[in-house]
Amino acid sequence: MEKFSIIDGVVVPLDRANVDTDAIIPKQFLKSIQRSGFGPNLFDEWRYLDSGEPGMDNSSRPLNPDFVLNQPRYQGAQILLARDNFGCGSSREHAPWALLDYGFRVIIAPSFADIFYNNCFKNGILPVVFDTEVVEQLFKDVAAQPGYRLKVDLEAQTVTTPDGTGYPFSVDASRKHCLLNGLDDIGLTLQHADEIRVYERRRREQAPWLFMDVNP
Amino acid sequence: MSARTLYDKLWDTHVVRSDADGTVLIYIDRHLVHEVTSPQAFEGLRLAGRKPWRVDTILATPDHNVPTVGRDKGIADPIARLQVETLDQNCAEFGITEFKMNDLRQGIVHVISPEEGATLPGMTVVCGDSHTSTHGAFGALAHGIGTSEVEHVLATQCLLQKKSKNMRITVDGKVGAGMTAKDIVLAIIGEIGTAGGTGYAIEFAGEAIRDLSMEGRMTVCNMAIEAGARAGMVAVDDKTIDYIRGRPYAPTGEMWERAVVAWRELYSDANTRFDREVRIDAAAIRLQVTWGTSPEMVVPVDDVVPDPRQESDPVRREGIERALAYMGLEAGTPITAIQPDKVFIGSCTNGRIEDLRAAADVVRGRRVAASIRQALVVPGSGLVKQQAEQEGLDRIFVEAGFEWREPGCSMCLAMNADRLEPGERCASTSNRNFEGRQGPGGRTHLVSPAMAAAAAVTGHFVDVRQMKQE
Repeated sequence: MEKFSIIDGVVVPLDRANVDTDAIIPKQFLKSIQRSGFGPNLFDEWRYLDSGEPGMDNSSRPLNPDFVLNQPRYQGAQILLARDNFGCGSSREHAPWALLDYGFRVIIAPSFADIFYNNCFKNGILPVVFDTEVVEQLFKDVAAQPGYRLKVDLEAQTVTTPDGTGYPFSVDASRKHCLLNGLDDIGLTLQHADEIRVYERRRREQAPWLFMDVNP
Repeated sequence: MSARTLYDKLWDTHVVRSDADGTVLIYIDRHLVHEVTSPQAFEGLRLAGRKPWRVDTILATPDHNVPTVGRDKGIADPIARLQVETLDQNCAEFGITEFKMNDLRQGIVHVISPEEGATLPGMTVVCGDSHTSTHGAFGALAHGIGTSEVEHVLATQCLLQKKSKNMRITVDGKVGAGMTAKDIVLAIIGEIGTAGGTGYAIEFAGEAIRDLSMEGRMTVCNMAIEAGARAGMVAVDDKTIDYIRGRPYAPTGEMWERAVVAWRELYSDANTRFDREVRIDAAAIRLQVTWGTSPEMVVPVDDVVPDPRQESDPVRREGIERALAYMGLEAGTPITAIQPDKVFIGSCTNGRIEDLRAAADVVRGRRVAASIRQALVVPGSGLVKQQAEQEGLDRIFVEAGFEWREPGCSMCLAMNADRLEPGERCASTSNRNFEGRQGPGGRTHLVSPAMAAAAAVTGHFVDVRQMKQE
């Protein structure tokens, strides 16, 4: 996983609530057995005028000019500004994979769906929760200023606007540590393998039916 | 020890270690695996030179991608075929138990695990699928995980978690005649919204929940995620234990007796404080039909499509306007005037035997309306299909003009060939009515199996109770 320190990037506003993971990456693209290559199909049904299928040459497909990601002023955006309950629905990690593959490293919203929020951290994406009023202000600022950028500093836990206003955000210490250092949490957990074995021994005594083999 | 909720009890018994910031390593007792969210996890294991920690906890089956017709010819779609073959290869390589596509026990992962007795009270159950909340019906802590977490559980048998808050939704009293578990859960989501449960584990309680069969409780817990909660659960009672007794993976003999004693403790203690309590009057619940593109966009069947001008919040108003445009509906249209093009009965929400019986009861002696282009019944598992055939339900459906299919997720998410065409409208017993969920441009109305069957035979949504009197 790529380390996350400071992202200073263009912000793109996605002004709708309850954006679900089916919208972020439609089901026909989940047949891939890879982790990468989902970026061109991010928000596929909103982004293109035709119906997308795996294996198509996405560069020759007709773009929907009304969809925000297709507008010239937002090209190269790394920060997505969103509304409530972003990432609801399916647990598919293909959703953060698609966002990352497109180039997003930060998503700012008033609230996120739990599983999606969790999946972001596993992939080097920082989900930032701000109060609705702050998000509302950011939507206004983005609309008013073409090329609007934000500077997101994970170490300092602040998002800074072009006029120097800083908004602090909170993040769990362990998630922050993993994201800053690009750490694989499986390796960290395996450092506690002995504790897992101790738990198993105790639990096997208490509840032996949980240790029956599904393939006896 | 102080009073604890069911969720507190399940959590406490699975803590391996805790960090200062509240991150906890919890132990996982059952890991369910399917073809869509596992290939990258197995690949990750291989690249790191790791092995699964406990293969004896894992049960795998292909369900999302499998065709529901012509299985003897294999899978026609080469990309889907590769994904299913990859699951087969990974299970063979790592020694994981898999019910393959043509195994009688194959089916939707959330249908087969309870059916096999592989879901037990007091377990932690995870799967790379958000509808894992289904298994909470057994007094288990069950929730969906992402693929990185699938890999983490494979490698360590544990998951890094933060504890959720406790919410209890009590459905007081008895529901009216003809109300099903689906109507209860859609009414709940209509009440608290699709983000109402975010950050919480929900316990469903009250007389109306206790009155439900295990199948009904699974339907309710299945849709906890549609209310934003990763986990939903119901306390253990006699119904729970009776359901499990004698199933293939259930404990037997002395171990069964010990297990039952432990399972009897799986309820929230009296006077426990919940972070949020919601009470719903069961008698007020009516037959539910969704009209929009989020499960919270739901009204009773005798109501009308809502008017966005009556919504004061601008983001919500715009959401309603967008949903109406996508669904091709006008504000004020009676729900009973809406005419589906297709009907889908199945899914992990409503693909169990009780669901098929409820639909067959409505269909018996009737015909699918001429305006319906396709009516599908997709049993949740091979064993559900077999049971239904033994009861003659397949003949009732086929004689009425339904197609009787092989088990899988099918048109719930349309990863296989079963899907809506752009603009097509569907009465569906599944769980999500998101834009494009059942096929690009498709329009989904979520209902119970009886209501879907009623729409199939009349050609429009209708109060199924009135139909039964006709």
